[in-house]
Amino acid sequence: MMEEDSQRLDGNGAAGVLQEIFAVEMTTASCTCDGCGRVSLVGALHLYGGAMGTVLRCPMCGTLVLCITSGPKGHFIELRGILRV
Amino acid sequence: MRTSPIRWLSAEVTEIVAETPRVKTIRLAIPGWRRQLPGQHVDVRLTAEDGYQAQRSYSIASPPEEDGVALTVERLEDGEVSTFLTGELRVGDQIELRGPLGGYFTWTVEQGGPVALVGGGSGIVPLMAMVRHRAAQASRVPMHLLCSWRTADDVIYRDELARLAARGDGLVVTHTLTRGAPGGWRGPTRRIDREMLREVLPGPGARPSAYICGPTPLVESAATLLVSLGHAPERIWTERFGPTGGVS
Repeated sequence: MMEEDSQRLDGNGAAGVLQEIFAVEMTTASCTCDGCGRVSLVGALHLYGGAMGTVLRCPMCGTLVLCITSGPKGHFIELRGILRV
Repeated sequence: MRTSPIRWLSAEVTEIVAETPRVKTIRLAIPGWRRQLPGQHVDVRLTAEDGYQAQRSYSIASPPEEDGVALTVERLEDGEVSTFLTGELRVGDQIELRGPLGGYFTWTVEQGGPVALVGGGSGIVPLMAMVRHRAAQASRVPMHLLCSWRTADDVIYRDELARLAARGDGLVVTHTLTRGAPGGWRGPTRRIDREMLREVLPGPGARPSAYICGPTPLVESAATLLVSLGHAPERIWTERFGPTGGVS
C-alpha cells in the first residue's frame, strides 16, 4: 500500500537515523533504484515516517528502496530496492 | 569514505527570542559542535522523567559564521516537542541534540548563484541560514527569497530581511500573504502560483539553484510549477515538513 502523498517528506529528513546506522553522511550519496533504474541522491528520495519506522521510496516509480524499523534493541534495515549506493 | 559517527550532544539554552506569538528562536551553546552548512538541521530529543522519549528535527536558522546554533521553532497545537521548546524551555536549561545533519539541502557562497529560495511559513528557517551566511560572507551572489505567510503578523525575520535587502547587494525579498493584508501592504496577497514564481524569481535561462522548504503541499506545488516554467529538476532541492510538522 502506498502511503498518503501528503504525508511524504524528503530523504534528507532521515539524515540522523541514516548517519546513526551507516556512520557517514548519507543524504548526498546517490543510489540506483532497483525498480526503474533512476539514480537519486538519498536526500531526494521520498520519506515516509511513522510508528513502524522509516521508509524511503524512489521519487520516480515509488519502489521501496530502504526501510528502517527502529526498536529498543536497535534498527532493522532492509535495503530492498537499491541496486547500488 | 570518512566515517563520522553520530552522537547526542548536550546543548545549553543561552537565549530565547519571541519572533511571533507562536514562533520562538532558541540560541544554544553546544560543546563539541562541528560547524554546520547553511540549510542543515538537528534532531532534538526530549526525555521525560519516566524515560519516555520524543524526537523531532529542526532546521538551523543561524549561519556557520556565528558561534553556537539558533533554532527557530513554531508551536504546533499537537506538537509534544514544539510545545515544550516554545513554552517550557528556559535560559540555562539543557536539551539533547545531534547534528549537523543532512548535506543534501545546503548552499554555500562557493556554489555561486543565482539562488531562488521559496519558503512557506516556518519553512523559511533553513533558507534564512543561507541568507545570513551570504550576508556574513559579504557575498553579492544574486539571491531571491519568496516566502508565503498567512498574515503579516506571522512573518518572521521581517525587520532583519528588510535591512539585508536594503543593502542593495543582490538580495531581493518578497513576502506574500494568503489570508488578508494590512492597509498599505505592497506585496502580493495570494498563494504562490506560476505567475508569481515567474515574476519574482530568476528565470530558467539564468540557471538558478532553487531551494524550497515548507509544508508538503506548498513544496510540491512550487517544485512542479518551477519545472513547468522550464527550470531543471536537478537544480531544485526540496525540504518538506509534512502537513503539520517534521523538519521545520
